Amino acid sequence: MKKSVSVLAVVVLLSACGSAVKLDSVPVEDKSGSAVSNMATQSNASGNGTANGGVASVDLSKINPDSIMQSTNRVVYFDYDSFAIRPEFQSVIEAHAKFLKSDKVRKVVIEGHTDERGGREYNLALGQKRAETVRKALGLLGVSDTQLEAVSFGKEKPAITGSTDSAMEKNRRAEISYR
Amino acid sequence: MLKYFFQFLCFTFVSLGAQAQFRVEVSGIGMTQVPIAVATFRGDDTAPQKIGAIVAANLERSGQFKSLDNGNFVFDEVSRPDLAAWKQRNADALVTGSVTKLADGKFDVRVRLWDVVKGQDLGGQSHAVVAGDLRLAAHRVADFVFEKLTGEKGIFSTRIAYITKAKNFNLWVADADGENAQSALNSAEPVISPSWSPTGAQLAYVSFESRKPVIYVHDVASGKRRLVANFKGSNSAPAWSPDGKTLAVTLTRDGGSQLYLMPSEGGEPKRLAPSTAIDTEPVFSHDGRTVFFVSDRGGSPQIYKVAANGGTPERVTFSGTYNISPSLSPDGRWLAYISRVSGAYKLHVMELATGVALGITETTADENPSFSPNSRLIIYATQQQGKEALMTTTLDGRIKARLAGQGGDIREPDWGPVQR
Repeated sequence: MKKSVSVLAVVVLLSACGSAVKLDSVPVEDKSGSAVSNMATQSNASGNGTANGGVASVDLSKINPDSIMQSTNRVVYFDYDSFAIRPEFQSVIEAHAKFLKSDKVRKVVIEGHTDERGGREYNLALGQKRAETVRKALGLLGVSDTQLEAVSFGKEKPAITGSTDSAMEKNRRAEISYR
Repeated sequence: MLKYFFQFLCFTFVSLGAQAQFRVEVSGIGMTQVPIAVATFRGDDTAPQKIGAIVAANLERSGQFKSLDNGNFVFDEVSRPDLAAWKQRNADALVTGSVTKLADGKFDVRVRLWDVVKGQDLGGQSHAVVAGDLRLAAHRVADFVFEKLTGEKGIFSTRIAYITKAKNFNLWVADADGENAQSALNSAEPVISPSWSPTGAQLAYVSFESRKPVIYVHDVASGKRRLVANFKGSNSAPAWSPDGKTLAVTLTRDGGSQLYLMPSEGGEPKRLAPSTAIDTEPVFSHDGRTVFFVSDRGGSPQIYKVAANGGTPERVTFSGTYNISPSLSPDGRWLAYISRVSGAYKLHVMELATGVALGITETTADENPSFSPNSRLIIYATQQQGKEALMTTTLDGRIKARLAGQGGDIREPDWGPVQR
């Protein structure tokens, strides 16, 4: 609903401003924050019955959605000119796979990114390749294809601006973004 | 050493109107430039735009003219200038004219062109325009002079599109000299790959406003936008067929980045030259029969071509391990592209008939070349002193000009067609 209102706002703006189209008012928000807490109460923090005299024990040890959603655990970094998932990120992918299989209506967009070197469109294709790698890895772990979309931002949305090696390392990444 | 020599040679040409906005940096000296003097137009001092100065800067930037000091002489289109005196100043041609405010508020721009060598009147023109179109009138005058003296169509009255990144991303439509920029789109999210329709009425581009790349076609005059490609995955790299009916695009809906042709009105995409590699950056040849594109099917990104109705792709670039962003000259003779040479991204121009290619810049971060409609100039993005800039260059690289532009990073230029 909110989206259609903002689309309407754009249309109104459009007719008001002539040829200059302002997209400032279009909210492009990251919805993962609020979605996380919903998730936690809906499907994962399930109580353990009433066997212990009315005390429902909550076990979050198996799947902790909060930690899954933390940004550090939503990003897979890649080596230069590489599309292979490094071993240390396998556990991150597995955690998301488990999480997504536990809630089949949950959708995730994997956003591929590159460092700043090279052309914009070609980097878009390279970022796509990184996103596809993560998408396929999730698929292999049993996540339904309908829950997954791989897209690319190329070099357009660096995590860190700057041309240092460490900045570029942080920019070669795929972000797992819950929508 | 050569580099320092070039820097030494570089000079700043502040055009005759002495207006800061006309700064055109020309580096390198061409061999076959026609020396031309453009007189101060009568009325230039009171008109909102300095017509003579705009004309002179245009001619200079084309690389085919050397604009001479006009001595601040004012001559209008009915003056009988002493051509012998201009001959002594080494001028081959002289442009005179006037700009007059009319009773209805419009401005009448008039011009006369003299062949100084032959002592001949080469004719004149007049344009009655509103104040907002005075620059356009000046560009038309420059087109007239250019065509009279070279026999080729001028492109000064065409428009360019480009993107800036400041707080927001803006898609601009500007005169071919970078001036008179108007924002067509303002977005908090990135916008890339603007591409003019063959009529110059619409721009296709890639917008990330919905947090993924999708392709819009945007009517420039009305601001009306049409979402033409929003398939699962990424949608990018739109390129128009010469008849405007088809868009070549890169989609990832079937896996990796692949080429598709689809109706420019939107509709079902048809796959072109399928592979298991990256295929992107399609561009149509001028006759619409061939699509050039970038593919890493051979192990590194190279430029290929394929018949627009399908078939086996042929490789076009062979030297280097990174050749991207093809642009074809409208006359079908030249291919401009970016090649990585020792870690530097450099604009190259290949003569298609021979396959001979040359790097034509001294810069190291060139991007996104686009030909002028008369195939004489290339506009491209690069970095100068760590800042993004738009440049034009002649195909031999001899005459380069940095275009005026908005603040912030400036990139992704696309040169529009001659509008009818």
